[in-house]
Amino acid sequence: MKEVIVESLVGILILLGALLSALSSFGLIRLPDVYLRSHAATKSTTLGILSILTGAFLYFMLLDGHTSARLLLGIIFVFITAPVAGHLIGRAAYRTGVPLWSQSVQDDLRAIIEQEAQSKERGRNG
Amino acid sequence: MASQIILNLLIAFVWMFLKNTWNPATFIVGYLIGLLFLFMLRRFLKGDFYMRKVGAIINLVLLFLKELVLSNIAVIHEIIRPRLRIRPGIFTLKTELKSDWEVTMLACLITLTPGTLTLEVSPDNGTLYIHAMDIEDAEMLAKQIKGSFEKAIMEVSR
Repeated sequence: MKEVIVESLVGILILLGALLSALSSFGLIRLPDVYLRSHAATKSTTLGILSILTGAFLYFMLLDGHTSARLLLGIIFVFITAPVAGHLIGRAAYRTGVPLWSQSVQDDLRAIIEQEAQSKERGRNG
Repeated sequence: MASQIILNLLIAFVWMFLKNTWNPATFIVGYLIGLLFLFMLRRFLKGDFYMRKVGAIINLVLLFLKELVLSNIAVIHEIIRPRLRIRPGIFTLKTELKSDWEVTMLACLITLTPGTLTLEVSPDNGTLYIHAMDIEDAEMLAKQIKGSFEKAIMEVSR
């Protein structure tokens, strides 16, 4: 009885993770610009990997009796680093001038960046 | 907070010395007794009783997990919709958080919330520029972020 429950739980977790990863790759193809793609890549893949690793952890712990601390550490590392990576890619893209999608409605950052560039220019000239 | 934890560990060790048994069970019993002492003597200690802060941290982690699941549902809903109906944009968010650590936490949380991505933090840590997937009402989104995350982080840090 216990085995059936554990196996179905692990199966659901791992299938869910695979499904989320697949959907996020669809998102990478479908969405129109870097920033929106970055949304799909950071969020769905993070949760996908987390649930696959959790499934593997539960499988080894409950059926093999082997507690793998490395899987837990992997979960924590992915959880901490994925949003930072998303932020850095988005920031680098914006700084190098990758345009937003044509149907974007609001852009508060453009003015700030231009101001910064102007003051830098003035500093170089003066 | 750190000094209270060290004090608690010290009480647990003293308890192990008194019992003269050296196993994890005795340590845990000693730790719980130390917790009780610290709770009774909380008036004389610097800062709040530290378990309140531990509770706030657990609260923050749970919030993190909940937002991660919600944001995935939102993003996948947008992806599998037959026609794209998103209206992306960048909006500013003024924050009251001061230290680097707090702002980093807030930026990570925002990146994992439904449809928002931190693009830039201003040099004085006061303003965050956030790319939103669906910018129906930037004001409302900002208020929501401030209401839940900023408060949860403040609970931890002060």
